[in-house]
Amino acid sequence: MVEIIGLQEAAEMVSDGASVMIGGFIGVGGPNSIIEALIENNVKDLTIISNDTVTPDLGIGKLVVNKQIKKAIVTHIGTNPETGRQMNAGELEIELVPQGTLAERIRAGGAGLGGVLTKAGLKTPVEEGKRKLDINGQDYLLEMPLKADIALLKASKADKAGNLYYNGATRNFNPVMATAAELVIAEVDEIVEIGEINPNDVMTPGIFVNFIVKGGR
Amino acid sequence: MEKAQIIETIAKRVAKELNKGDVVNLGIGLPTFVANYVDAEMQIIFQSENGFVGLGPAAEKGEENADIVNAGGLPVTILPGGAFFDSSLSFSIIRGGHVDKTVLGALQVDEQGNLANWMIPGKMVPGMGGAMDLVVGAKKVIVAMEHSAKGKPKILKKCTLPLTAASEVDMIITEMAVIEVTADGLVLTELGPETTVEDVIAVTEAELIISDALK
Repeated sequence: MVEIIGLQEAAEMVSDGASVMIGGFIGVGGPNSIIEALIENNVKDLTIISNDTVTPDLGIGKLVVNKQIKKAIVTHIGTNPETGRQMNAGELEIELVPQGTLAERIRAGGAGLGGVLTKAGLKTPVEEGKRKLDINGQDYLLEMPLKADIALLKASKADKAGNLYYNGATRNFNPVMATAAELVIAEVDEIVEIGEINPNDVMTPGIFVNFIVKGGR
Repeated sequence: MEKAQIIETIAKRVAKELNKGDVVNLGIGLPTFVANYVDAEMQIIFQSENGFVGLGPAAEKGEENADIVNAGGLPVTILPGGAFFDSSLSFSIIRGGHVDKTVLGALQVDEQGNLANWMIPGKMVPGMGGAMDLVVGAKKVIVAMEHSAKGKPKILKKCTLPLTAASEVDMIITEMAVIEVTADGLVLTELGPETTVEDVIAVTEAELIISDALK
């Protein structure tokens, strides 16, 4: 069952210390309105799992500036100088993950898989502390599944059954994250009646979604 | 050479490495200029790791679509025949060997084809983004960069910075040279405009094998 709620209600579901997957790529396809509400609530000590920490003036970037994040598991922090500053000052823990590995670790978490074997990161600092497996004479790194308490997604359109449609390049990490969290909240530009999204066009089936929130663009 | 001329020289030369119908991923920065020198008749399909193939030119002013950006977050276009997908499929394309060529910048490259381009410990740690997956998965890895950092060699005997990947680089293209990475070491195959072998050696730390067919 999917319920339509308000931005503030959505933000209140994120408690101090929660692990939160957040969709988006430098903020494009990110639930930026819900994040604004998280900033108002000033929820603390979050573990964020996301592609990047955006820019200081948008989305996750603002959570960084407002010091609401304890740890971030991301692929890239170069677009937000404040993330680097907090990391160097020991205020924010950063785990850098190759982008394809991040996507597959989340997919594994949501797909009931025990891990991912990849060559990305071999003979680099990424392999430190990880198991290496020889598969048919080739080395692979074992990367562990990722799950979270909450996934905050952004979709262009939802129907009232929670089926999601993403426009353009906004899809990015949203569909995999929908599968890997205990609670899934999707911020959407538009909410339509059941039947108005053709089943052929559904990119995330509503069974993965608990709440939808009308966001502002 | 002026900066703009350096970029043009490198980008034009990289463009010659692309074959008709190739699926190509261009890194952020200098590599993006390669697209400017690719003829439409080549039918190159550019991949954008944030989730599409059929990447077109930058969006015209006033025509930007906030939902269509490249991996650097800049507004771009998608060409007819293109397709959007999620990050998981995007990296299946990348890691799975479905990208013919990837073109990236580098901080350092060495004689074994090792690449360092994602961090300088204690100074600059932007993160690897999709670079580690790209260099491991693409069929051919082309490093496109300025030959040296203001005279300080970037093509080394052995990389000193943390690696992006080991032994994955196939070719290095700079404003001064085209260098192929082989089992025997680095082979200098071409010289840039108004450049001599001695000029190249002077700003290269790695041992260079001079090709018999040097152009």
